[in-house]
Amino acid sequence: MNTSITDRSKIYANPYLSGFLLGMILLATFYITGRGLGASGAIKSTVVTAVNAAAQNHAGNSAYYSKFISDDHHPMNNWLVFEILGVLAGAFLSGAIAGRLKLKVEHSPKISSRTRLIMAGIGGILFGIGSQLGRGCTSGAALSGMASMALAGFIALLTIFGGGYLFAYFFRKFWI
Amino acid sequence: MTGPLIPMGAIGQSWDLVIALLIGMAFGYVLESAGFSSSRKLAGVFYGYDFTVLRVFFTAAITAMLGLLYFGYMGWLDLSMIYVNETYVIATIVGGLIMGLGFITGGYCPGTSMCGVAIGKIDAMVFTGGMFVGILIFSEAFSLFEGIYYSNSLGPVKVYDSLGLSSGVFALLLIVVALVAFVFARIIQNKVKKVDY
Repeated sequence: MNTSITDRSKIYANPYLSGFLLGMILLATFYITGRGLGASGAIKSTVVTAVNAAAQNHAGNSAYYSKFISDDHHPMNNWLVFEILGVLAGAFLSGAIAGRLKLKVEHSPKISSRTRLIMAGIGGILFGIGSQLGRGCTSGAALSGMASMALAGFIALLTIFGGGYLFAYFFRKFWI
Repeated sequence: MTGPLIPMGAIGQSWDLVIALLIGMAFGYVLESAGFSSSRKLAGVFYGYDFTVLRVFFTAAITAMLGLLYFGYMGWLDLSMIYVNETYVIATIVGGLIMGLGFITGGYCPGTSMCGVAIGKIDAMVFTGGMFVGILIFSEAFSLFEGIYYSNSLGPVKVYDSLGLSSGVFALLLIVVALVAFVFARIIQNKVKKVDY
């Protein structure tokens, strides 16, 4: 079979191998730092820092922001931000090697780019709210929580993916 | 050397952020190469046309879990110093369901949207922008969520204690569940109409 450049970009690594490698990276993270991986925490740190810079009194008086401002200089706070900068660099490298670097809106042919972008925005807002209420997202709460065998990790896994399946029927026309 | 290294003081704080960057790079590379930069590939797990998410996620969680148990057993890692997420039953359930709805509408989760952003997916950029807005909304309206946020606190409980099992038996059961899920995923994927993306 000919492997043209467009085909090459659709070739992905074996999922079990990727899972094993991801598990080893997570294990190394626990071994080095004592904690797992995260993603939404980096965005939360950015939001807290930005609000604190723009309106210090407001942030200091808020019952939520103030929880995190006191440890603003704590390394763990910056840790997640640097980890996510690394994720961007690593993903860019992988995308470059596989020939997947391209500015585009990915969507089902049955919907427009505009619809896809609106749905992506709504999804991001919901994930932002849910990750704060759930104290972490798919990385920090579900994956890392499962690895450390925290009950919270398994509840997060079941509700994030269970929720996806629960609502999938209503949003099928956006995907299939 | 007994870990965790940084909390034990075996690695200086100055290396902290360099390590964060390197771990992040490995994390991002593996996620992207597995296809997690594509929302249509991720959404496949919910419609049965692509189970990559299930395979990668379950394999990763079990690999890391077994590794932690093994490292603890061998005395290479002081497991009492490993962070265990605290369980707040209601907040995690409600938060998880909201994230599930966010997943099916947005097609990404926070880590995977970063992979999408890195390779130029505009939908991933909008999703990431949405997350900033969502976190800001939650923070500003925290008084509305505060009751749920702090209710039903159980502390850092382990799943096997809650189920009355030993950690080894629970890990074994989870491996069996994963293997059964992998077999069913293959059967379902063969039956569901192919989606081209």
